[in-house]
Amino acid sequence: MIYRENGQFKTSYRADQAIFPIAQDRLFIGLLLVVAFVVVPGLASDYLLRALLIPFVIMSLAALGVNILVGYCGQISLGSGAFMAVGAYGAYNFFQRLPGMPLVPALILGGLCATCFGVLFGLPSLRVKGLYLAVATLAAQFFADWMFLRIKWFTLDTPSGSVSVSNLQVFGLPIDSAVSKYLFCLAMLVVIALLAKNLVRSAIGREWMAIRDMDVAAAVLGIRPMYAKLTAFAVSSFIIGVAGGLWAFVYLGAWEPAAFSVDQSFRLLFMVIIGGLGSIMGSFFGAAFIVVLPIALNQFLPAILGMFGISISTAGISHAELMIFGVLIVWFLIVEPHGLAKLWSTGKQKLRLWPFPH
Amino acid sequence: MKIRTLALAVTALSALASTGAFAQAKEQFIPVLSYRTGPYAPNGTPWANGFVDYLKLVNARGGLNGVKLSFEECETGYDTARTVECYERLKSRGASFVQPLSTGGTFAITEKAPADKIPLVTVGYGRSESADGSVFKWNFPIAGTYWVASDTILQAIAKKEGGWDKLKGKKIALVYHDSPFGKEPIALMRERSALHGFELTLLPVTAPGVDQKSTWLQIRQSRPDYVVLWGWGIMNTTAIKEAQATGYPREKMYGVWWAGAEPDVKDVAEGAKGYNAVTMQHGAEPNSKVVKDILDMVHAKGQGTGPKDEVGQVLYMRGAMSAMLGTEGIRAAQERYGKGKVMTGEQVRWGLENLNLTQPKLDALGFAGVMRPISTSCVDHMGSAWARIHTWDGKQWKFTSDWMQADEQIIKPLVKSTAAKYATEKKLTARNGADCQS
Repeated sequence: MIYRENGQFKTSYRADQAIFPIAQDRLFIGLLLVVAFVVVPGLASDYLLRALLIPFVIMSLAALGVNILVGYCGQISLGSGAFMAVGAYGAYNFFQRLPGMPLVPALILGGLCATCFGVLFGLPSLRVKGLYLAVATLAAQFFADWMFLRIKWFTLDTPSGSVSVSNLQVFGLPIDSAVSKYLFCLAMLVVIALLAKNLVRSAIGREWMAIRDMDVAAAVLGIRPMYAKLTAFAVSSFIIGVAGGLWAFVYLGAWEPAAFSVDQSFRLLFMVIIGGLGSIMGSFFGAAFIVVLPIALNQFLPAILGMFGISISTAGISHAELMIFGVLIVWFLIVEPHGLAKLWSTGKQKLRLWPFPH
Repeated sequence: MKIRTLALAVTALSALASTGAFAQAKEQFIPVLSYRTGPYAPNGTPWANGFVDYLKLVNARGGLNGVKLSFEECETGYDTARTVECYERLKSRGASFVQPLSTGGTFAITEKAPADKIPLVTVGYGRSESADGSVFKWNFPIAGTYWVASDTILQAIAKKEGGWDKLKGKKIALVYHDSPFGKEPIALMRERSALHGFELTLLPVTAPGVDQKSTWLQIRQSRPDYVVLWGWGIMNTTAIKEAQATGYPREKMYGVWWAGAEPDVKDVAEGAKGYNAVTMQHGAEPNSKVVKDILDMVHAKGQGTGPKDEVGQVLYMRGAMSAMLGTEGIRAAQERYGKGKVMTGEQVRWGLENLNLTQPKLDALGFAGVMRPISTSCVDHMGSAWARIHTWDGKQWKFTSDWMQADEQIIKPLVKSTAAKYATEKKLTARNGADCQS
């Protein structure tokens, strides 16, 4: 009743091809943006912003990047942590070595470093597919770990190999309070997500999907596999690289290569699988699931158990958190193998017919 | 939608938690960042037990001039991102000081602490250059840093050889955990190696260090005269087992204090006999008064954390001493800002900077024989550079050296130059005399 496109006539191609052709969708997204930019910073506590929302926003961005490669182009990658690391260390080097380097260009240059790195490690994708490619991209992960641990030049010869940044600012506005950090990350996310959404709707996005669905057929149709695969690697690692830069600069502040370990790669892959492959929305759901849920469990478990008069040790909470989290992953994959995004679209479909389902 | 409901729920919960904090406003809150799970749990658990037990003991003794301590544990799993989350979670409850118990976490919180005005206490670990209080206003590596540890290890080796000049041409291998923690001693050991002409071989071990076959193959080939083990958690046990397998004499192995506790050697027991480790002040102290007090006043009432027979072990003592230094910082702050009041982070910072633990004070706290007197100042946030070596005899750790003091001539310039580099990088100006009074 409320969500129905009846009576919304499109009179031009332009209107027909809009990102959100349905007025209710536009309204919803508009409201969501207002909530994210205005209501949340006003209401959320410092802890909520710093410990939950900032990592969520950054990880959504990274998951978006992974989704372009894995979900849209079908190239399974386990090198996402490495691309994040290259983005972070690239941005760090530009930021520290060039005096007066502003933050945003440094992050973008870091993203471009990740692009080069991603294209280089995407080359095997021209020959190997599927799980074999995953193993090949794993090499990127180990290479990056090695590079940032052993080559002192990248860490400016700091004795411990841990690097840090401070005095971040954008157009003269300092990025140090929780709200400013959140808004900065959110702005980056919105801009990049908009670009990504448009990219996957364009010719290049269709090429990626054609390659994903059947690469031989795509090649017969005249799509160049090399071009399509490498552009997917380039775009995806750029986005992941920028996310890596934000993770290091804004969230951690000081970091070491362990912050971008193979665990991070797996987490990102799980985010897109659980969130929904080939869906921009899915990246957000996946990031929320993987980033927010464990912390929420950790916080709620003692309170919930406390209601029944059970007290639980810190280690117990941690173990329980892992167990419940694992069970939820399995459960979600069984009931909805296409990810949380599929639930979302099913919901929308249902809403269309509501309240008269027949 | 999901996110929003979750966000709302979390806000509701945190609101609930803050009302809880209001109800107990007369209590000094201390966040406890610990790890009882993950690859480092065998070492993290006794530390956390000691820390929490000491806080309970302070309450059992009547609090700090009547102010009771409250605390909450947060599990970090030795993960930097999770450590930051825990720090953010607990700081809003009026954190007096924070001890992250991880070098990665220390680096991350170093950037956040000045803005949040929470002193960062890293007893014996963290970044070595933060001993320079004129640059690192909020960092307190009280009672030693990794540079102190590595310097005293080298002193012990030199003593064994019969003097620094005898080290010329010797080979010393540093087997280290490949992380900021493991890399900390390299700067100092390089300095010493250039000074005395011994050859330093660096052998990194990828974290967590379960596989060290290639490292020990290298040791078998190059046969270094001494091996310095800079490990943590499972890496230590593995290294000692590998040494046993390769036939490397354990007497010639020296571990950092993170590699010198019961969990590291007890699985190897006899095989680890003769293995040495540096201790920052204390070792296993089952006979000290503070341990007896904890057993009588905390464990006897059934409030003890962890198993009773582990009370007084090396890492347990480490936790207790870390807690003691923090709470004594609060006590020192109370002496200036008002006894029996709850101190803010800023006030505690002053207390930690003007800590003066004399021998009578230590005796009263039950730390007689456990550690030496410590006094910190505006420029010196470390307070003491004394250490001892203890050796595993197959059953327990026993002291095998006298007190040794790390050489200020070596460490001071290194601290100054590294801290100055940090200051220029961060565009900080060194604190002046007036700032020291605040």
